[in-house]
Amino acid sequence: MKNKEILLGPLSKNNPVIVQVLGICSALAVTSKLEPSIVMALSVTVVVALANVVISLLRNTIPNSIRIIVQLVVVAALVIVVDQVLKAFAYDVSKQLSVFVGLIITNCIVMGRLEAFALSHKPWESFLDGIGNGIGYGLILIIVGFFRELFGSGTLLGFQVIPEICYEWGYQNNGLMILPPMALIVVACIIWIHRIYNKDLQEK
Amino acid sequence: MYNMESLNLFIKSIFIDNMIFAYFLGMCSYLAVSKTVKTSMGLGIAVTFVLTLTVPVNYLLENYILKPGALSWLGEGFADVDLSFLSLIFFIAVVASMVQLVEMVVERFSPSLYASLGIFLPLIAVNCAILGGSLFMQQRAFDSVGTATVYGLGSGIGWLLAIVGIAAIREKLAYSNVPAPLKGIGITFIITGLMGIAFMSFLGIKL
Repeated sequence: MKNKEILLGPLSKNNPVIVQVLGICSALAVTSKLEPSIVMALSVTVVVALANVVISLLRNTIPNSIRIIVQLVVVAALVIVVDQVLKAFAYDVSKQLSVFVGLIITNCIVMGRLEAFALSHKPWESFLDGIGNGIGYGLILIIVGFFRELFGSGTLLGFQVIPEICYEWGYQNNGLMILPPMALIVVACIIWIHRIYNKDLQEK
Repeated sequence: MYNMESLNLFIKSIFIDNMIFAYFLGMCSYLAVSKTVKTSMGLGIAVTFVLTLTVPVNYLLENYILKPGALSWLGEGFADVDLSFLSLIFFIAVVASMVQLVEMVVERFSPSLYASLGIFLPLIAVNCAILGGSLFMQQRAFDSVGTATVYGLGSGIGWLLAIVGIAAIREKLAYSNVPAPLKGIGITFIITGLMGIAFMSFLGIKL
């Protein structure tokens, strides 16, 4: 596989969230606002890319029977670093994300990429794969976060986007968009649109 | 009214703070294993069991080792030690070892369930619901091991209900005419969302 394919494949054709269906848990829970979505996307990208490199470097020395434990330890160490950095530099967002930073450890994208890619590829390719999957994941998070914040609160990144005059004419924020279940339905709509254009991904 | 409080927490963690519908924890295995009721029942029971074990164990770890000042039982000098940054590694280690234990027990006593769960049994270790249970326990600072156990059990049962529910719907769904691009995963997302909205109606209940 060419490096370009490794990097760009996960953006659409092989997207971790809407095609491989990995890492849904955190993708949905943090997206009620745009800002935490972006922070979460960055954190996951960093963790996937670095974990991929570390595991890829160790791939010939890890005994097969204990590889899950080794992977968990590597990922947990990286997540602790990310968690501490967020607490130090972005305390408010870190509070909003609450347990979901810790849950990057059990994010299926991380484990899935380690198992499926890093264990059998060289460090540089694994790094690109990690970045690609992180961006593919982030893309979905940002789309979902964008729509939920726009329609749910009428703001983007905390700034008022929908003008006052609309409210005077009777426009109202859709409170339903803030509620957790709507995240699922927004993702379902993304899957729907994506599969209309990618017929080969449709299930029988 | 100690018992009453436990009962409230139990019901609250099943319905109001449902792991799947309120926090989306454990979605990966929830989506992948929910094709038949029988397998999802097995996985649900395994998850409930692991949650009921790991939450109290992690509660003890949190309160006697990790929390700021938790080591004071060792002596005066340890009173200001703060190991809370290690909690993620401690928790995941407990979860991974418990899962190993459950795997051995299931393999010994129910080989058919073991075969049908396949790869998903070891994957409970990376099921977010399990680690999430421990992290929520840490965040909410329960007052005793008993409360923590009740919370673990309640969350597990909530997860079990959700996965069995969706599996039952998906079995029936095989006979319906879904638009091609939505087939499979798309429609499952929408149904989960609708079930989540239904579960939201429990929110108004004051316990």
